[in-house]
Amino acid sequence: MIDNPALSSINQALADNGDTRPLVRVIDLKKHFPIRQGIVFQKTTGQVRAVDGISFEIDRGETLGLVGESGCGKSTAGRTLLGLYPATTGESYIAGQHVQTAKGEEWMLIRRQAQMIFQDPFASLNPRWTVNAIIGEPLRVHNLIESDTGRVERVKELMALVGLDDRYINRFPHEFSGGQRQRIGIARALASDPLFLVCDEPISALDVSIQAQVVNLLEDLQARLGLTYLFIAHDLSMVRHICDRVAVMYLGVIVEMSPKDELYEEPLHPYTQALLSAVPVPDPKQARKRKRIVLEGDVPSPINPPPGCRFHTRCPIAQPHCATHEPEWREIQPQHWVACHEVEPKFRS
Amino acid sequence: MSALMTPATKHDQPDKRPILLDVKNLEVCFHTPEGTVYAVNNISYQVREGEVLAVVGESGCGKSVSMMALLGLIPKPPGDIAGGQAFFMDRDLLPMSEEELASIRGGEIAMVFQDPMTSLNPVLSVRRQMTESLLRHYDMTGEQAEKRAIELMELVGIPDPERRLGDYPHQFSGGMRQRVMIAMMLACNPSLLIADEPTTALDVTIQAQIIELMVRMREHLGLALIWITHDLGVVAGLAERVIVMYAGMIVEEADVDNLFENPQHPYTLALLGALPRVDRRRDSRLKSIPGAPPNLLIAPRGCPFAPRCEYTFDRCREERPPLFSISAGQHSACWIDLATGKPRER
Amino acid sequence: MSAVDSISPPVTLSPSADELAPPLTFRQMAWRRFRRHRMAMFGSITLILLFIYAFGGGMIYTAERANFTDTSQRLSPPSPEHPFGTDTVGRDVLARTIQGGRVSLMIGLTAAILEIIIGVLIGAAAGFFGGVTDSLLMRFTEAMLIIPALFLLIVMARLVGGNVYFIILILGLTSWMYVARIVRAEFLSLKENEFVLAARSIGTPTREIIFRHILPNSMAPIVVAATLAVATAILAEAYISFLGMGVQPPTATWGNMLDGSYNYIESAPWLWIFPGLLILLTVLSINFVGDGLRDALDPRSRNI
Repeated sequence: MIDNPALSSINQALADNGDTRPLVRVIDLKKHFPIRQGIVFQKTTGQVRAVDGISFEIDRGETLGLVGESGCGKSTAGRTLLGLYPATTGESYIAGQHVQTAKGEEWMLIRRQAQMIFQDPFASLNPRWTVNAIIGEPLRVHNLIESDTGRVERVKELMALVGLDDRYINRFPHEFSGGQRQRIGIARALASDPLFLVCDEPISALDVSIQAQVVNLLEDLQARLGLTYLFIAHDLSMVRHICDRVAVMYLGVIVEMSPKDELYEEPLHPYTQALLSAVPVPDPKQARKRKRIVLEGDVPSPINPPPGCRFHTRCPIAQPHCATHEPEWREIQPQHWVACHEVEPKFRS
Repeated sequence: MSALMTPATKHDQPDKRPILLDVKNLEVCFHTPEGTVYAVNNISYQVREGEVLAVVGESGCGKSVSMMALLGLIPKPPGDIAGGQAFFMDRDLLPMSEEELASIRGGEIAMVFQDPMTSLNPVLSVRRQMTESLLRHYDMTGEQAEKRAIELMELVGIPDPERRLGDYPHQFSGGMRQRVMIAMMLACNPSLLIADEPTTALDVTIQAQIIELMVRMREHLGLALIWITHDLGVVAGLAERVIVMYAGMIVEEADVDNLFENPQHPYTLALLGALPRVDRRRDSRLKSIPGAPPNLLIAPRGCPFAPRCEYTFDRCREERPPLFSISAGQHSACWIDLATGKPRER
Repeated sequence: MSAVDSISPPVTLSPSADELAPPLTFRQMAWRRFRRHRMAMFGSITLILLFIYAFGGGMIYTAERANFTDTSQRLSPPSPEHPFGTDTVGRDVLARTIQGGRVSLMIGLTAAILEIIIGVLIGAAAGFFGGVTDSLLMRFTEAMLIIPALFLLIVMARLVGGNVYFIILILGLTSWMYVARIVRAEFLSLKENEFVLAARSIGTPTREIIFRHILPNSMAPIVVAATLAVATAILAEAYISFLGMGVQPPTATWGNMLDGSYNYIESAPWLWIFPGLLILLTVLSINFVGDGLRDALDPRSRNI
């Protein structure tokens, strides 16, 4: 959030109504995928516990970062919270609307107010559709603008908003570069005037010099339109740059969450510490001085997460009881949540 | 469990190690129906024994193509080595026949790629692939080759190597597969290992493991390492010298410390400005580089970075700048001296 | 990405390069590739000529002429008056091949269209919805496949036989399975694409996702299948007519002309040579065109 909160009209209206609830609330959300075997009659032989109980809130205008390595469930978390995957248990609320039970009109309202930006700028745009059709789809689906010409005008506005030349409105995605395609995806997400955007690794597939362009664009749009972001990524440096608060995921659960500078300067959870120490720093002198915590072994499978604390198999400070008791998710300091047995005692007094 | 990663730091003495690889004026292009793509446009560099050289650039800059050309891995119908020489231990690699190159590949020069799933044969067991490579280059029995394979797997940190030798590539995780790949490549004691974005597809903690492994291997075996990447963070932690490529050309070459502290080329400067830091508080917006990388179908006139550069003047658009020598070991292909803001002469 | 893939050079022009002229669209590139396929071009031209022969020629050699019997002229070999000879009851073979062409081609085309519609509907439903729907539809499809097509044709023709519309119906109902499988495979893979997820996240209704998003992207194999379906249908019509269960004389089809020539294979070869050749040419040409289309529409093939 840049220090210039220009709230959009809906935001303002909500605030005026005294609605001070956080825009997004997630309560113990779980998403398990059954593993089926068998040719004719399929039996469920196990579950992939992709998201295994996460809870957080996002305030209006805020950017929450959700980081973790591959398989930690962060993408699944984003999709489940939006309702794109049905949740196994747990709930999410967007602008007060309960996502899991929304139907009909309520469902369509959520589909207007919450949007997603995808990682792959090529795969997320229909290769047979023109830019006009792609960006205009939300306008058509929600009947926001009736006339074709009206929609074209609005599409051009959106293209200008994201920095695309509107002369190319009738071209196809494959004619654009990766960064431009990502902008098309952003324009599409903005077409329905959303409040909340889930950015699922929006810059991972782009070149370094283009990443900065897109990140700056996202920040500008947030300032202009009063947007709220959930920024899912594995690039910890970029997350520090753009987010206000950061949550760290491991094997389906959040292990630590706090305002960003606190997290990066004084990480409390051993996984966060190891993760941060492994991030390369573009400064040779710093790199030489750093102490790296190199974790042993591979990430366990989300089908059978380790008992007790999921991280205990790779944790440098694991104690015997970490293998049997799952640590509680606690607010150790104001706004700073951690799930670790070894951290709590230091703060109890 | 903490490890200090220290690339060799030797700055003030001139490098006395013998030159292992000497590439001169390499040019590679591709003939496509849309036209000729100039993927590598006259580059020259050297690698010394035991040195760690990083080749940095974004996609399409030619960094991979330039290395594959050395080992004859470019498909020759569309690809074409249009010029240059590449001396490896005094023999020019470029005109060599496929047989000669095949004996060098995996032998004296090894190459590790980004996705080990496609460079390892998925239907052959690891035992088969590793022993094949050993038997091709050394005169040993099958048993000896197996023993050596187990030793190598232990060396690269694969737990329980005797049992895992019989496994297939898909039974290993991404990081483990990369270790198997490295083990295979090290089997024949190469003097040069070329690693093409070996950790780009890996998680950050696994990447740290693999980098640490490579550094250990290098110290242990004394081999030279060319590391191709787009990640300047990895470069800072690993390299001794760095080459920055853009649009098929080398735009800057320097010691790792000098590159980061005193970048001389506007592209390097811009890249560094576009990077967020994990170890610092945010102080400003990222400086993005306007525009996009050039279309390689059009042979550039003048400096290829000119359209996106903030320091250009007329000569930049007319004439391609040569690599100017800034100081011992640092070169920059730019008409403008960034320190003074004044143009340079040839 | 394999080591080889990662070095293929970027080919698309980014519009930020100062080119306003759009690069080639899918259709233009496909047409170019098609044109280079010599057999496909040969096939296309032959097909065009065949259509002109059957439908254009039909305006001169009308149905009356084709059915005009003149028993004094029966079984006469090719002559200036009857370039293809006459058949067992003195009808002009040339005229009958033209009229027969009209019927055979029309049956082929219409049956193919019917096949495609049924195949697409079933394949799309199975591929998109998956689960129980998929299992049920696929078991049904496989059951239909197991039954020998010819047997099915014969049985149905026996029950219903003779009428052109019923023939088309039978042909369509016995060969939609191949198309269904292809379409199902396409939908199974395409529905996992991110642009489908994107459409869902926007709120696009399922119907639109199937018909506006996924279907246009699966056109390539469908077009190829459709082309070959025409050939298959023409051959199938020839089979059942040859067995006497297709369209009944006096209406001519290439197939029933072959049937009529059965007893005169050696003595009056012109009775079967001409219709036979026409069937051969038609089916071959369609196959060449199908080959060419497959190469042209497959974006992954690099035969440029």
